[in-house]
Amino acid sequence: MYEFDLERPTRVEDAVKLLSDSVESQPLGGGQTLIPTLKQRLASPERLVSLTGIDSMKGVFTDRGGTLRIGGATTHAEVAAKAAYPGLSELAANIGDPAVRNRGTIGGSLANNDPAACYPAAVLALNATIGTNAREIAADDFFQGMFTTALEEGEIITNVTFPAVRTANYQKFLQPASRFALVGVFVAKHDDGVRVAVTGASNDGVFRWSAAEEALNGDFSPDAVAGLDVPDGDMISDLHGSGAYRAHLVKVLTGRAVAAA
Amino acid sequence: MPKDGGIGASSKRREDVRFLTGKGRYTDDINVNGQAYAYFLRSDVAHGKINSVDTSAASAMEGVVGILTGADFEGVGGLPCGWQVTDRHGQPMQEPAHPVLAQGKVRHVGDPIAMVVAESLEQARSAAEAIELDIEELPAVMDMKAALADGATKVHDDLTSNLCYDWGFVEENREAVDEAIKGAHHVTTLELVNNRLVANPMEPRVAVGDYNAATDDSTLYTTSQNPHVIRLLMGAFVLGIPEHKLRVIAPDVGGGFGSKIYHYAEEAACTFAAKQLGRPVKWTSSRSEAFMSDAHGRDHVTKIELAMDAEGNFLAIRTDTHANMGAYLSTFAPSIPTWLHGTLMAGNYKTPLIYVNVKAVFTNTVPVDAYRGAGRPEATFQLERVIDKAAREMGIDPVELRRKNFITEFPYATPVAVEYDTGDYHATMDKLEEIIDRPGFAARRAESEANGKLRGLGINCYIEACGIAPSNLVGQLGARAGLYESATVRVNATGGVVVMTGSHSHGQGHETSFPQVIADMIGIDESQVEIVHGDTANAPMGMGTYGSRSIAVGGSAMVRAAEKVINKAKKIAAHLMEASEGDIELKDGQFTVAGTDKSVAWGDVTLAAYVPHNYPLEEIEPGLEETAFYDPANFTYPAGAYACEVEVDPETGKVEIQSFAATDDFGNIINPMIVDGQVHGGLAQGIGQALLENCAYDENGQLLSGSYMDYAMPRADDVPFYQVDHSCQTPCTHNPLGVKGCGEAGAIGSPPSVVNAVVDALQSAGHDVTHIDMPLTPARVWSAMNGG
Repeated sequence: MYEFDLERPTRVEDAVKLLSDSVESQPLGGGQTLIPTLKQRLASPERLVSLTGIDSMKGVFTDRGGTLRIGGATTHAEVAAKAAYPGLSELAANIGDPAVRNRGTIGGSLANNDPAACYPAAVLALNATIGTNAREIAADDFFQGMFTTALEEGEIITNVTFPAVRTANYQKFLQPASRFALVGVFVAKHDDGVRVAVTGASNDGVFRWSAAEEALNGDFSPDAVAGLDVPDGDMISDLHGSGAYRAHLVKVLTGRAVAAA
Repeated sequence: MPKDGGIGASSKRREDVRFLTGKGRYTDDINVNGQAYAYFLRSDVAHGKINSVDTSAASAMEGVVGILTGADFEGVGGLPCGWQVTDRHGQPMQEPAHPVLAQGKVRHVGDPIAMVVAESLEQARSAAEAIELDIEELPAVMDMKAALADGATKVHDDLTSNLCYDWGFVEENREAVDEAIKGAHHVTTLELVNNRLVANPMEPRVAVGDYNAATDDSTLYTTSQNPHVIRLLMGAFVLGIPEHKLRVIAPDVGGGFGSKIYHYAEEAACTFAAKQLGRPVKWTSSRSEAFMSDAHGRDHVTKIELAMDAEGNFLAIRTDTHANMGAYLSTFAPSIPTWLHGTLMAGNYKTPLIYVNVKAVFTNTVPVDAYRGAGRPEATFQLERVIDKAAREMGIDPVELRRKNFITEFPYATPVAVEYDTGDYHATMDKLEEIIDRPGFAARRAESEANGKLRGLGINCYIEACGIAPSNLVGQLGARAGLYESATVRVNATGGVVVMTGSHSHGQGHETSFPQVIADMIGIDESQVEIVHGDTANAPMGMGTYGSRSIAVGGSAMVRAAEKVINKAKKIAAHLMEASEGDIELKDGQFTVAGTDKSVAWGDVTLAAYVPHNYPLEEIEPGLEETAFYDPANFTYPAGAYACEVEVDPETGKVEIQSFAATDDFGNIINPMIVDGQVHGGLAQGIGQALLENCAYDENGQLLSGSYMDYAMPRADDVPFYQVDHSCQTPCTHNPLGVKGCGEAGAIGSPPSVVNAVVDALQSAGHDVTHIDMPLTPARVWSAMNGG
């Protein structure tokens, strides 16, 4: 990797200040994507601003109404251990391996918006709100295509808030090499309807499968989606599976998530 | 009763103490005073003409010690190929030059173009980025059959085509095989791909070159399975350094699986640069570099035909294989699809007529060479797959069809030039059927069905040829090396023993198993025996470790040397006890005189050898140290029967292995625990090939599976708890230990078991699927179930 300076602020304001001054800086969460990128010399920031020293951005909190708030710098391992919320702790517990889970953070994962990452599916299906140093962003507005989000330059995810949900389940089908999601489907049943979010499958990144949501609103059973067609035009096709295979998996996994929810 | 020491005991691996506590000393742990660091600038295109390599700006960068390019190596030799295959018309193979750094053209992604040496690795990398390359990209030669078409782009402009050789074996059988197939009751045909693999040892390759100007001595520390071979090849063929001025040290090596047999460009470049630049030079491969510079394995495309009579007796086998050599010939590449593949096409069966045709082809890919099994997995896979297909077509139980054709009388001369000395294929199959509870399979299948899964059972046999030999025969077959092994047994004055062996241990456990043999021969404790290997300055000229040869060949050399030592010690003992030499017996560390109560301890004799006060100096020399070179009379032939049970998820195509059983006949066994471990490791790699691993290129020659993000290695949860049995033992008839070798069996025998099982599962649900090419990923299995 190229040489860079490292800052490790302890307050959000200080981090934001560092990220907006004249030095070319990049925020560093758990570094599970950024550090390998630097090692391959594919990025060359002058400065990294680590967010892991900011205590106010860490932790998992549930209120009595069932709302869950997770600090942006909270590791997957901590979410896996503490999130008393349907689907979420299992999701976190199956990201990567123990080394990844003890370093990687929810904020880092969401800001990166890898098209095969798990968290985007949960956030989108659970209609979560992404809190930053500047504002709150609804999940439907946050994800804007693979590796693209609504975050402005220098904007930091400080927390993610998940509203109470009736029931939810995440089904992840592993890409055999990376063990990212070849396809992952998060199904959530809210008071005001069902949301189905799909990761791993589309060239546009995480998306909601609206036809399945409609069908499941009428009949929350695996059979409800069995007859649906999954749009496969934008599906990823690679060494590990064709677009048609991914489209097929979306349907299978949606049915399994409904059955397990 | 399990023994607590010596041959047959499961002695704990003494080397694991240092490996598991971080105290191993690997090549990357070695730092030579004053060393600089090398970084190789590699081609990012598969095929291109080098117009210019401008290093002027890079040379001026901070920390740069020197930059070498192909032009700097014009005065030295290229990387040699150690095996010359003769084609079916009696002509030698086409053998292209293999420069240390690319000259004129780049021929695969990863082909090294320049070597930058700097004070730090980061400085070397930065300077490499400043090298200005003008490379004119050429069409990439990727598909083997297209590469042989008239007018195809040539990988090597000075060769007549991309064909390395067109090998026929046994050429004299060709017409008879054609006739037999024409007239047969039934012919089963199967076309398949044996997928390209990357060995991926845990430790990437490392080389440290050092040169002492005062003595003109060069030293290379390297991650090698055979340091003496590297010394010979690099010294004699590449750099012109006589062997007495070149020392090659391969210390602890973290796995090889074949990929560390070969002489690589980086070894020669580091040794050469150390002298040119006057600085020790160290290079450590990154994992990404390993994917594009370590020799790959397999990559065959094959059509096999099996002809049978109405009863299912095998009449003839005909195979047609295209074998990918990659862009250059790696050290032993030409021998893999020929002498290590064609000679095994008889398998465990008495097929009277066999003809094997292999076309070896140059493409713009990383060179391909031996990988765990090397030719034998390719032979076993096609044979055991076609037999399974034949069994279905003939309506015969697949085990019965195999049994009907088993070789039962030994020695057995196959129609493909080898003679099996011993074996009992029914015995291993009997044991296997007992272990797997074959009659219970129907109930297990019904249970899987109730859970929405398809269950399949795959059974197959394998035969392996280990310890390739003898040297005079393999010389006739084109080998440019001897295939003996050496050992020096040095007994110290106080009775301890040091064995210096040409075999190299890089995970096999020689430091534990070899002493077990010596301990038994002398009757001393294993802890009194130490193994030294991996340094050309210490061990006698040896050929190293590959092809499951170490115990069969290296162990035999050690036995021969120990026999010489014991014979001399008996002479000394006879003198000490004033007895006749012929009456001396050695047992439990005591020399006794037959028929008397006289005895003298091993330690008293060894002391006398080095303090020869009361000693027959006029008859024998002092000291107790002997060397032996052992050249085997034949290969050894381990064989066995394997079974795999899988569940397939019909909705997703995902395959889960439910059980895997292996019954192997390895002849006599030194350490059963180590043998279990060797089989476990081989099975993991075979299952990896069958279900997960695939080295894939796109049509432009870019490596699609260039990291663990896309190259799937087997993980612990991908493999089952194995049932391993090696109680069926027919000892090898021609080596002193009666051993056969066990390192590759698991990787050879297991891929067909997995594929046979998956095909069985799909057939059980009515899918007309007769074959799926490896790896059987969920996507491929689903696709096969849904019409392809």
